[in-house]
Amino acid sequence: MQFSENWLRSLVNTDLDSQALNHALTMAGLEVEEMQPVAAAFTKVVVGKILTASKHPDADRLQICTVDVGNIVNGVSVPLQIVCGAPNARPGLLAPCAMVGAELPGFSIKEAKVRGVESFGMMCSSKELGLSAEATGLLELDANAVVGQDIRQHLDLDDHLFTLKLTPNRSDCLSITGIARDVAAITGATTHFDAIEMVDAETQDVMTVVVGQTTACPRYCGRLVTGINAKAVTPEWMVKRLERSGTRSISAVVDITNYVLLQLGQPMHAFDATKLSGDIEIRFADANESLLLLNDQELALKVDDLVIADAQGALALAGIMGGKASAVSDETSQVFLESAFFPPAVIAGKARRIGLSTDSSYRFERGVDFGNTRNALEYATTLIKQICGGQAGPVTEVISTLPLRTPVKLRLSRLVSVLGIPLMQADVAKILTQLDFAYTLLDDVFTVSPPSYRFDISIEEDLIEEVARLHGYDHIPAIPPVACLDMLPAPETRVHLNKLSDSLVATGYQEVVNYSFVDESWERDLLGNANPIKLKNPIASNLSVMRTSLWGGLLDTLTYNLNRKQDRAFLFEVGAVYQKIDAAYAEETRISGLAYGSTMPEQWGVTSADIDFFEVKAHVEALLGAGSEVSYEKAEHTTLHPGQSARILLNGKAIGWLGKLHPKWQQHYSLSKSTFLFELSTEAILARKLPAYQEVSKLLPVRRDLAVVLDENIAVDAVLCTIKSANIPLVTEVALFDLYQGPGVPENKKSLALSVLMHDTQKSLTDSDSDTAISNLLQLMQNKFGATLRN
Amino acid sequence: MSDLTHLIPAAAADFANSATMNDLEVAKAKYLGKTGALTDALKGLGKLSNEDRPAAGAAINVVKQAIEGALTERREALLNAEQAKQLAQESIDVTLPARAQSLGGLHPVTLTLQRIEQLFHSIGFEVATGPEIETDFYNFTALNIPEDHPARAMHDTFYIDEANVLRTHTSPVQVRYMENALKNNKTPPLKIIAPGRVYRVDSDATHSPMFHQVEGLWVDEDISFANLKGVVQDFLQKFFERDDLIVRFRPSFFPFTEPSAEMDMSWNGGWLEIGGCGMVHPEVFKHVNVDHEKYRGFAFGLGVERLTMLRYGVNDLRHFFNNDLRFLSQFR
Repeated sequence: MQFSENWLRSLVNTDLDSQALNHALTMAGLEVEEMQPVAAAFTKVVVGKILTASKHPDADRLQICTVDVGNIVNGVSVPLQIVCGAPNARPGLLAPCAMVGAELPGFSIKEAKVRGVESFGMMCSSKELGLSAEATGLLELDANAVVGQDIRQHLDLDDHLFTLKLTPNRSDCLSITGIARDVAAITGATTHFDAIEMVDAETQDVMTVVVGQTTACPRYCGRLVTGINAKAVTPEWMVKRLERSGTRSISAVVDITNYVLLQLGQPMHAFDATKLSGDIEIRFADANESLLLLNDQELALKVDDLVIADAQGALALAGIMGGKASAVSDETSQVFLESAFFPPAVIAGKARRIGLSTDSSYRFERGVDFGNTRNALEYATTLIKQICGGQAGPVTEVISTLPLRTPVKLRLSRLVSVLGIPLMQADVAKILTQLDFAYTLLDDVFTVSPPSYRFDISIEEDLIEEVARLHGYDHIPAIPPVACLDMLPAPETRVHLNKLSDSLVATGYQEVVNYSFVDESWERDLLGNANPIKLKNPIASNLSVMRTSLWGGLLDTLTYNLNRKQDRAFLFEVGAVYQKIDAAYAEETRISGLAYGSTMPEQWGVTSADIDFFEVKAHVEALLGAGSEVSYEKAEHTTLHPGQSARILLNGKAIGWLGKLHPKWQQHYSLSKSTFLFELSTEAILARKLPAYQEVSKLLPVRRDLAVVLDENIAVDAVLCTIKSANIPLVTEVALFDLYQGPGVPENKKSLALSVLMHDTQKSLTDSDSDTAISNLLQLMQNKFGATLRN
Repeated sequence: MSDLTHLIPAAAADFANSATMNDLEVAKAKYLGKTGALTDALKGLGKLSNEDRPAAGAAINVVKQAIEGALTERREALLNAEQAKQLAQESIDVTLPARAQSLGGLHPVTLTLQRIEQLFHSIGFEVATGPEIETDFYNFTALNIPEDHPARAMHDTFYIDEANVLRTHTSPVQVRYMENALKNNKTPPLKIIAPGRVYRVDSDATHSPMFHQVEGLWVDEDISFANLKGVVQDFLQKFFERDDLIVRFRPSFFPFTEPSAEMDMSWNGGWLEIGGCGMVHPEVFKHVNVDHEKYRGFAFGLGVERLTMLRYGVNDLRHFFNNDLRFLSQFR
């Protein structure tokens, strides 16, 4: 909502200066988004009248003018000689004249010689006064401009444009009158609204109005005004107020309806009455009915669209926009003026549905004062008669059940406890009075009847908010709550997500945050997901689907940074991925990492080596709790190298992936080195075992090392797991300490060097005990894997 | 027996001339070895009479002890010298750079989120979460924003389909949390914060289509608007580690709170908007079956990127999502 400060001040006389008014409005919930002076500061510019203009002897484009600026010496008018280059400078023209000593935006005016001719001032364009960005000549003033008058006064330039960012509940402030009313309530100033005169009927011309849908249109006022001059010029004062409210002047009749809308908040519509036939009917649209709107939009109406119609069909989309066919034009000689009330529920969403938001729909969907419908019509009639002439017919008014303003109870005790401040009965009474809310009071309970212009007062909280607002949120102190001190639970068997991040950070990974919506090709090609969740209204085509993995973002971040001269990157992200399962959407938080480049940053004393699968595997394992039953199985993934990718399993359940980026993607992203990726479901890996003490043996374990030869295709993990789960007596730990293939080991075979720890908590082991255990172990490996002891 | 005392200075001189442990061992043998002068003398004792033997023996011992003393002294001196030499050889340039894995780091938004969680945890707030693909019901309707309400237009919503959106705020978590709490017979006081990603169809220098919010909710029997101001102000003072920060409330409108306020924070002589808040609206309580006569609650929503920018002096929102390592590495 934009408006002129001076217009507002014409309705409410507050002592506050512009800044203070700005602050007061903002602190009362009418946030001032912008406050701009109408004109930049300048001085000593007056209305000047060019008396004579003659060609400059030495310059083709210059004229020597004598300008009357109202300067009178000893009873004789003394005009100024001013050299002027404007093409429109001519005798008789009234234009702004900056006098010697004037300070204009960016420069000042001094006596000067222009090509040898003395000049005592400057005739100004709107650009030179900072009123417009461009100008082609002097600013031409109205014939009624008074010579010598300060131009700021003449053009009413000491004014500000206020733009309010109004919240949807405050539809009562969508007019100058409404804002003035609130300023009065906030500041205690008084309003002076001109009484609206009822215009007597001068003719008997009427249109019959049939309201078929009384709940959709509880109040409708209409009237014919005949014999008007639609070509009449809108008066300067009205054009100025409209313009300063961001509304362009179009024609007298349209300007008047817009002016009433701004002044009173009541949307008006004027139909060209000669284009109407039969009765006016307010009804819902028929199926297959259409309407060409004023903005040339051809609209197929829906059966819940309320329309104003005549015998021929729909004329206007009620409360939203008029139709082209019945629009007023310069030729219009009689108008049918409409002022109606449509409840918010009837209009809400209808304009948005057809991609529109009009001044009218904006107000109706928030709430228009149904107590003012008739007044607005009368006011518009008065203005039309003043400006366009014509004779008014009688008002046709159809009223049915208007919205109820049910009295709302406000308990003082509730108010005090919700706000937490000790307000007294008298404070509340004063505020309600300032707001002009009628109330009765009984036992500290106020029963308040909200006025017709307030659509936001229907429960006690609404009144509590109003009282708080008028009392001033600033006057509510910040008080720490008093509450019970219960400790929060601290489960030890579940780590905080932050711990996972900390683990990666400690390993050298940098966290990144990528968008949750990604390029569809990442999903389709990189991840092999043909059917990602699509956004209906993505902000860009490369941010159009919801991700099912964080890898696309990590690879994107990698290339972004490689392009900025980084040569290694360890990146990770924690975030959700999204899936549609049947009809429902499912989300899961993942922790995902990418490692590219050398294992260690380049530094002295370290031979540079690129990161490999097993180092990244260690980073993954650091994320998992000690003692987690994790295993890896060779599996293929569209993103990963088929020979270097593993599905990660926890207690047999798949929880993530680890592997090297597939060479084709490495090429696609122009990566010179191998890239390793991992991704884990966080939910799966937050669980931890509560440590449970086991007795520490006083006896020392016995270690035996052995090397076995087996088929190269057998996964080491399978061997170790088999041994572990076999629970061979005395054997407590078997670990791989070397892996060898080459001379001495047959082709297609590999040699595993294992350390075996044996332990008995009760007695020292004899050699024969150990021999038995080792032999059992070898027997097991022989049976399960065909392994033989290496010679 | 001849007097052997002359051996003492001789041995001392030999020892002193021994530059290494080996030389010293050779010199020691000359006096104390199997064929050394003293060993010979001791062997000669047997030839003496019983009367003369003790005195002669004592005299030899005196000499022997003196020589052994000199030997020990020299040995220690040599050892010390050797050790000193080795230490000198082992000396390194301690100013050389440390050898290490590079530092990783958390994203600045995460740092802020962790700080917020930590501060609210200290007064008993739990962390609650909810889905980012949210139903229209939880994102709007349950928060008293019915369909076609003008407030929906304030949200610039990303739509998935008719009934689902990308959540436009973290407020739906309030509703989900209260609903669940009551289902599990947990009654107020309820104190949660709900941090997370939110989405709006808006992208320019000061708006990102994805950003982070933290929602706070405290439901109790006797919690007031003044308390809301107290908690938010306390939080901001602790978050920015500045006791002089004050919070200003401005009347505003959110369908799910009433009274509602915009929160401004004093900053360098002016005011900065840092979020919205208010008392939980009775309609919201009705949706989750909380007795709104008995209980009251406050709720607030903070912009995480905003707080992060102010905390660390970041001047461009877009840095957070470009993920330039030169930017991110500044927060280690």
